[in-house]
Amino acid sequence: MMRLPPGQRTRVTCTVNGQAHSGFAESRTLLSDFLRHELHLYGTHVGCEHGVCGACTVVLDGRLARSCATLAVQAEGAEITTVEGLAADEGLEPLRQAFSRHGALQCGFCTPGILASASHFLAARPDPTEAEVRDMLSGHLCRCTGYEGMVRAILEVARETTEGANQ
Amino acid sequence: MGDRADSWVGRAVPRLEDAALLTGNARFIDDLSPLPGIRHVALLRSPHPHARILGIDAEAARAMPGVVGVVTGAELREHLNPLASAVRAPMAYYPIAIDKVRYAGEPVALVAAEDRYLAEDAAEAIEVDYQPLDAVVDPLAALATEAPVLHEEAGGNLVHHRQFAYGDPEAAFAEAAEVVRLAWRYPRQSATPMETYGAIAHFEAAPERYTVWSNFQGPFILQPLMARALGIGGNQLRLIAAAHSGGSFGIKQGLYPYLVLLAAASRLLGCPLKWVEDRLEHLSASSSAADRADEIEAAFDGEGHLTGLRFDNLVNVGAYVRAPEPASVYRMHAAANGCYRVRHIAIQNRLVTTNKLPIGLNRGYGGPQFYFGLERAMDLAARRLAIDPAEIRRRNFLAADGFPYEGPAGAIYDSGDYGKGLEMLLEIADYPTLRARRDAARAEGRLFGIGLAAGVEPSGSNMAYVTLAQTPEEREKAGGRSGGVACASVAMDPSGTVTVHLDSTPAGQGHATVAAQIVADALGLRPEQIQVDTAMDTGSGAWSLASGNYSNRFAAIVVGAIAESAGRIAGKLKAVAAELLEVAADDVELAEGRARIAGVPEQGIALGRVAAATHWHPAGLPDGMAPGLYDTALLNPAVLDAPDGADRVASAVTFGFLCDLVALEVERATGRLRIERYASVHDVGRVLNPIVVEGQVRGGFAHGFGAAMFEELAYDQDGNFLSGSFADYLCPTSADLPPLEFANYETASPQNPFGSKGMGDGSSMLTPVVLANAVADALDLDEVELPLSLDRVWRLANPETDGR
Ligand code: FES
Ligand code: FES
Repeated sequence: MMRLPPGQRTRVTCTVNGQAHSGFAESRTLLSDFLRHELHLYGTHVGCEHGVCGACTVVLDGRLARSCATLAVQAEGAEITTVEGLAADEGLEPLRQAFSRHGALQCGFCTPGILASASHFLAARPDPTEAEVRDMLSGHLCRCTGYEGMVRAILEVARETTEGANQ
Repeated sequence: MGDRADSWVGRAVPRLEDAALLTGNARFIDDLSPLPGIRHVALLRSPHPHARILGIDAEAARAMPGVVGVVTGAELREHLNPLASAVRAPMAYYPIAIDKVRYAGEPVALVAAEDRYLAEDAAEAIEVDYQPLDAVVDPLAALATEAPVLHEEAGGNLVHHRQFAYGDPEAAFAEAAEVVRLAWRYPRQSATPMETYGAIAHFEAAPERYTVWSNFQGPFILQPLMARALGIGGNQLRLIAAAHSGGSFGIKQGLYPYLVLLAAASRLLGCPLKWVEDRLEHLSASSSAADRADEIEAAFDGEGHLTGLRFDNLVNVGAYVRAPEPASVYRMHAAANGCYRVRHIAIQNRLVTTNKLPIGLNRGYGGPQFYFGLERAMDLAARRLAIDPAEIRRRNFLAADGFPYEGPAGAIYDSGDYGKGLEMLLEIADYPTLRARRDAARAEGRLFGIGLAAGVEPSGSNMAYVTLAQTPEEREKAGGRSGGVACASVAMDPSGTVTVHLDSTPAGQGHATVAAQIVADALGLRPEQIQVDTAMDTGSGAWSLASGNYSNRFAAIVVGAIAESAGRIAGKLKAVAAELLEVAADDVELAEGRARIAGVPEQGIALGRVAAATHWHPAGLPDGMAPGLYDTALLNPAVLDAPDGADRVASAVTFGFLCDLVALEVERATGRLRIERYASVHDVGRVLNPIVVEGQVRGGFAHGFGAAMFEELAYDQDGNFLSGSFADYLCPTSADLPPLEFANYETASPQNPFGSKGMGDGSSMLTPVVLANAVADALDLDEVELPLSLDRVWRLANPETDGR
């Protein structure tokens, strides 16, 4: 196992949004800080650094992860998708537009994490119930919207996609 | 304006802000690095609620790798003046503790280092010698003679006391057929935006000036106050607000002492400093609404007409009176009659300091506390007088044909039809059926309750209402104060495209979209063709004292400034186009990106060509016309006059109305509230963009619901802070919120060209009391307090267990 004395930086290499990235991290550097301040991917937001609010959520090796509760060195060799990567996914355009139409965002600070969770969720659960959507969203805090627009947007996109697939 | 069927204003235009936010391209304060050499700040904060600082040893911290420097309060004091407020009690407020700490979380030392991690390491290495003192956190306890005193110079913890009488309240109470009286505690809460405070401060020695980037959102009345604290002229303090802000709800007003602290420290340490607050810092030491110990008495005649009101407000301001406090207790003052006709009102306001963090702007700003008393009293009176709670309100509403209406304490209500709103609410919620359900449930021994509440939402504040904290004589001496100026600029560049600057520092309320809708209508363009710059800069854009994002001022006042400026640009475009088209200016219309002859749409020229003429060929302009197309409007609503000698003031420009109804069942075994139905009807005047309006209502409801159900910034009796994370301070999640049935209707406001009213606070004001009313109804109780947590409701529902 690699041992890193305090204060010493090591190079962390990973794939972010399909591209090879590398930067320096200490053993204690949070993945959220590494993504933002080392790789300059500022789309990932930090709302609590306690693992509670979900703002910092990214996809890490196919799973959702709170980047504030993950160390940068844990991401060595990993594949990460942040909101910048989701933005390049044309398939998510209907979700983004539905968010906009339904008022699912206001300040948008919580939005990157919620898009990560929502897109991941819809991929696994293309035809969810409202209760399932609310349950998924309950891992995120939004102080602006009251969540209703998000629920509507996600259900609408799910319905349209499933109907499209059934035709 | 805004009435044309083809206008952009009024339409559900998707927000122009969204694309950047949905793709990770929006830049917030912590994403900015506006200049090289920035060092990162960690603040050492007091673990004690009350203690004397005997000494600070920062030698070890200063010697640590990567550390640029440490600054203590004693060192900063020579470079700072205290931050002033409208309360004259002798007590000094500095942004950092000098010789005493007065709340857990108060800054004690500032460390700057290469990165935040190193700064935090160094902060931990600082040794502070504290002499702990007894603390007091309860507002009533703080008034006791033996209570620990926070500010010895002030001679006690009561730092502000004023009494007011409007009409003849004595007589009203003497003649009353029924008087209801309530006393209660209102808990401390905070809107906790998802983005915390953040700032970058940069001092330059020559010419001497400070530039501060931050997510501060005004009111910019605090800018001159900050400059005074730094001992400089206003033009030496340039404040730049990041274009995007991750929510505020008023809370980011409390950032300003930190801006002063960082600015002064940047000067001492000789480098630009960046500080981003963490969540623990935010919860313990940013800002919050006030907890209060209030009382209300309400006098009624036998028919349920409200004839007199007495308010006794005791506000726990926390450790310091931080401007614009004591505004929170004066925000509703001029409209203390709520939505009712009552003319006889007595008000006593007391502010008390305790060892809690200082209070400040927070969504609803004094409204939730105010309505908790008034609307509990209305429900209680209905029960006592055996009048239906809807009927007793209906009997007391201002008459729909009586607007504008001047309230007894000076508020000038612009427009409304409250009865209509209530009827809509009762219909949507199917009130008769709910009452039948309640009867049936009660017959089965179940605890079913219905709550109602109604109120007005004052918007677009008069900057002078806070001077009610002073006597008329003191005001006279201080010189006149009034108004609430809004600034907006519209520019058309040589290529004919448009840029708008606002002074409203939005934090998610869609100001850019609505501004673009307004300008698009005025200039015959599409909203997405307009660039709206919301990154306010006091060094380069127009601003005034009232600038900022608070008191719902955007839809009340700012829209008028945008329209005025855009209207002048449109007028000039028409005048220039008229020359080019050889017609009268009145015959020119702006539509589809062209200036064309009205009625002859095929005859026209592209706006770009008209704009170009004003920039490229000023000599060819009509005689006396100034070149270019740049306009700034500074607009002050005439209604916002100075307070008069009888302490009456037109405190706000527009008065929206809302009423809420909730039906719920209390589960006796668990204390859980099962919400059957929650409906809310709003009059926000003309709706400028329904997506934005509905979003504000739902968001305000979520804040109100959280406040009613579980949010509390908790302290123990010794002043230790207990709510340091989102695991302790519980905000509602998607699973907690019941469905909200929302409807609106419009009574146009005469106060701006669109008829719109400010909105966004309303639901946060009424949701707490309407839920309390329903629980009181379900449990047949007079006294109910917040939050309606499981254990509290369970104890109320199971009185025979004596709380065990
Ligand atoms: S920032 Fe990671 S969960 Fe809140
Ligand atoms: S949109 Fe502001 S926190 Fe969710």
